[in-house]
Amino acid sequence: MITSIRGQNLLSLDELTRDAIVEVLDTAEAFVEVNRRTIKKVPALRGRVVASIFFEESTRTRLSFETAAKRLSADVLSLAVASSSMKKGESLRDTIGTVDALGIDAVVMRHRSSGAALQVSRYVPHVRVINGGDGLHQHPTQGLLDAFTIRQCLAERRGVVGTETGAELFAGLRVLIVGDIRHSRVARSDIAAYVALGAAVRVAAPATLLPEFVEQWPVEVVTDFDEAIEWADVVALLRLQRERGSGSFVPTLGEFTTTYGLSVGRARRLRPEAIIMHPGPMNRGVEIDSLVADSPAAVIGRQVENGVPVRMAVLYLSIAGADEERAS
Amino acid sequence: MDVSSLRDARLRDPTFVPRSQLLSADDVARALRRMAHEVIEHVRDVDQVVVVGLQTGGVDFARRLADGLTEITGRAVRWGSLDVAFYRDDLARNPAPIPATTRIDHDLTNQTVVIVDDVLFTGRTVRAALNALTDWGRPRVVQLAVIVDRGHRELPIRPDYVGKNLPTSLDEAIVATLAGVWIGTKGRA
Repeated sequence: MITSIRGQNLLSLDELTRDAIVEVLDTAEAFVEVNRRTIKKVPALRGRVVASIFFEESTRTRLSFETAAKRLSADVLSLAVASSSMKKGESLRDTIGTVDALGIDAVVMRHRSSGAALQVSRYVPHVRVINGGDGLHQHPTQGLLDAFTIRQCLAERRGVVGTETGAELFAGLRVLIVGDIRHSRVARSDIAAYVALGAAVRVAAPATLLPEFVEQWPVEVVTDFDEAIEWADVVALLRLQRERGSGSFVPTLGEFTTTYGLSVGRARRLRPEAIIMHPGPMNRGVEIDSLVADSPAAVIGRQVENGVPVRMAVLYLSIAGADEERAS
Repeated sequence: MDVSSLRDARLRDPTFVPRSQLLSADDVARALRRMAHEVIEHVRDVDQVVVVGLQTGGVDFARRLADGLTEITGRAVRWGSLDVAFYRDDLARNPAPIPATTRIDHDLTNQTVVIVDDVLFTGRTVRAALNALTDWGRPRVVQLAVIVDRGHRELPIRPDYVGKNLPTSLDEAIVATLAGVWIGTKGRA
């Protein structure tokens, strides 16, 4: 287990301890303040080079990582894979080797294959690798920013300072994750973060959209969304990932929406203080009703907003947080 | 030695091994009051003053100094806190510190900024603070107040207001809080 991501790669939240996660959340709190300034830039990573390589399409993750790196004053090398030599058949190893030859300190990468980030970390052991999503495996910064958003909401309500609460606000918190668990790396990272922080997690999905070996996960599986809805303090919806073939795992989209969509009717049955989350991009009218997505209980905009400070914290700790041994 | 205030000093730095107490809580309060009077002598308009405490050691003193200025002049003197972690020049050599709260609610353009820190040593923290302040505007004047100046400067920086000058050797450590000032050594972490 990794007890702090200082000077470390961030490949999966499964390997982080509670302390390591809390350290990222606390550091991100300071970057929220930086993002409120008129001049939203600090020189913490001046002269460092961060490569951003997305082998899979992305809007928010890529934009927010690159914004984060730039607000830390790092130089950003951005590789557009669609127009790169990968198209001529260059291997992952050779592509990374080429980028590494330019002299980089860290690489943020997304890839359609699970384990791709781990593989790259073996090719370039002297470069910090930040996983921006690998296949069905993990999306660690999404898990961290979701945990950060929950702590921020709860701290505001109770009138306390987030950094002074550590993981306390998660003790016994009831989180319900609904929808396409099987194809979701977000769900895997969210579950790892919430469980490490002390929350109780249930997942609700049709049997076809549950992963294999879900019984070994630290969660309780429910097949009836309606049964669990009044239990939850937090409801996290997931996107039905049609590009990964989710469409063929449900009889029709309409039926999925009827049984597992967060409709206005279901949202009314939520606890009054419940939080509604969605990692985006949303299929409005499929997993979440458009009116619910825009309701005050939904913190979806805040999740996107928190992406920058949380990714700043990850880059800062991973790159500037090297231990003395490595630095000397 | 006052045991409860010593606990206070150890809280600030758990590896600190105190040898003797150099200033009592009363001495520190007196020094702060004198520094407040000196600030008033030096600045033309106290309404233009913003006191900025450096995290974490300078914040308590900044609040106390601003309170002192308010008490003497009857004007509400503004103060804030600043964490300079992101501006340090030794980030690559030391483990990155977890930044504490920065809170400066005012545009500092044309203001008189008084930076407050507990101990002035190499001057590198102050250098980082000067760098950071430019992100909040262009102050008319920036001054420096420290509770203890222990020497060993590595940069051309000098304080405008000093609580006490304490010549020290490099292997000594100083802890300054509202409860007093101690000299000692840094134990192994």
